[in-house]
Amino acid sequence: MLRRHFLFCLSALLALAAGTAATFAEDRSIVVASTTSTQDSGLFGHILPIFKDKTGIEVKVVALGTGQALDLARRGDADVVFVHAKAQEEKFLEEGHGVKRFDVMYNDFVLIGPKSDPAGVAGTSDIVAALKAIQEKQAPFVSRGDRSGTHVAELKLWKDAGIDIDAAKGPWYRDIGQGMGAALNTAGAMNAYVLSDRGTWLSFKNRGDLEVVVEGDKRLFNQYGVMLVSPDKHPNVKVDLGQAFIDWLISPEGQQTIANYKVDGQQLFFPNASQGS
Amino acid sequence: MPEGLDAWQLIVSGDATLFAIVRLSLAVSLSAVLIATITGLPLGAALALTRFPGRTGLIVILNGFMGLPPVVVGLAVYLLLSRSGPLGFLGILFTPLAMVVAQALLVLPIIAALARQTIEDLWREYRDELAAMDVGAAGRVATLLWDSRISLLTVLLAGFGRAAAEVGTVMIVGGNIDGFTRTMTTAIALETSKGDLPLAMGLGIVLIALILLINAGVWGLRVWSERRVGA
Repeated sequence: MLRRHFLFCLSALLALAAGTAATFAEDRSIVVASTTSTQDSGLFGHILPIFKDKTGIEVKVVALGTGQALDLARRGDADVVFVHAKAQEEKFLEEGHGVKRFDVMYNDFVLIGPKSDPAGVAGTSDIVAALKAIQEKQAPFVSRGDRSGTHVAELKLWKDAGIDIDAAKGPWYRDIGQGMGAALNTAGAMNAYVLSDRGTWLSFKNRGDLEVVVEGDKRLFNQYGVMLVSPDKHPNVKVDLGQAFIDWLISPEGQQTIANYKVDGQQLFFPNASQGS
Repeated sequence: MPEGLDAWQLIVSGDATLFAIVRLSLAVSLSAVLIATITGLPLGAALALTRFPGRTGLIVILNGFMGLPPVVVGLAVYLLLSRSGPLGFLGILFTPLAMVVAQALLVLPIIAALARQTIEDLWREYRDELAAMDVGAAGRVATLLWDSRISLLTVLLAGFGRAAAEVGTVMIVGGNIDGFTRTMTTAIALETSKGDLPLAMGLGIVLIALILLINAGVWGLRVWSERRVGA
């Protein structure tokens, strides 16, 4: 009697496992290695259902920092990369891991800081002067520290400011090694400054005392690009489906869909597709 | 997940996305526990009942592996299943199957180590009886497993708790893909990073409630079966 109940429980478990196995079935899908900013800002949630309705292709997004996303593709674990650090993308192409790079869209970085503004930088549009002031006042600054596109951009801005951040960093400079959202959460908790892409900032909900302190500098330009992973290097890449996604992103329809994405009435990404490089 | 909703609204409105995530979490963790049980119980029983050189060392290693860091297991499984790894040809990275494999590896030492202890304790009690009954090794294992089934149920719960609560392996080998490999724990991590702390906390409470519910169910089963045995 008891044994029968035990067997019943066991078979119920097995049935559940079989149910999971059914969801493993292959379908028309691609893996896109992308950045936390495109996911956390909600852009993919807006454009992917529209793309799927049109083509039936399911896009599976693995959201990482740009550096990690490119590494993932280098190991052949993605079909398409959609990231924002042009120098790193070009290196990826030179190594033969990517087929061709297309500009897709841009937005900009903004310097976020506490309303109390301990470095006194609010309102300026000179990001380099602002970073110099933060370093001089040793005001708390949160760095992504994760080789993401935003981290790379931040390091370049320190360089533009003539500051060797490796030498200048101290307790005021907090390198957290996490995504954009986590960096904003940390900055909020520490009353620190942090560089963010505008998209993630606009859709971020736990703002607390944080606000945009510096924006509008042309050095804060943030370009996104898309590449098909090279099928020569990685034979498992789904070339047709991946290329279909890229073609759609840079088509007038895809570009319009990106432009249509708004949070609180504000456009997050500005399409500027190129014919490839 | 829809914007501006709290977890409670998601539950009462029967949100399809939330239920898909809950279903995936349960399916992955239960499958992992099932696999770890099928392999871990015999392993634990064999270790309990046999004597060979190096056995003590093996037991210490097994006990130590109960504390395997999920993120390390996730990384190891990722490197195995990556297209440039030895098992890359399977093409199962970033699928629920990869998550089951990783969680099974995480849970296996817990089930094997605790089962070994349980069975060995019981065996000390039963040794003479079993010897007198003159049953073979397989018969002995079957008898001991059957007689310790109620304690072993708790062992399985410990394994399930570990699997359902961890985020390290499923994030790395599953990729937290929306609608495909997003589980309760990775969804909580994502909502936290989006700064939607109320939704993240709400999902956390849903997860804890689920784990409690499953434990309560097993407890009920245990009370019920003890009564039967007692009768």
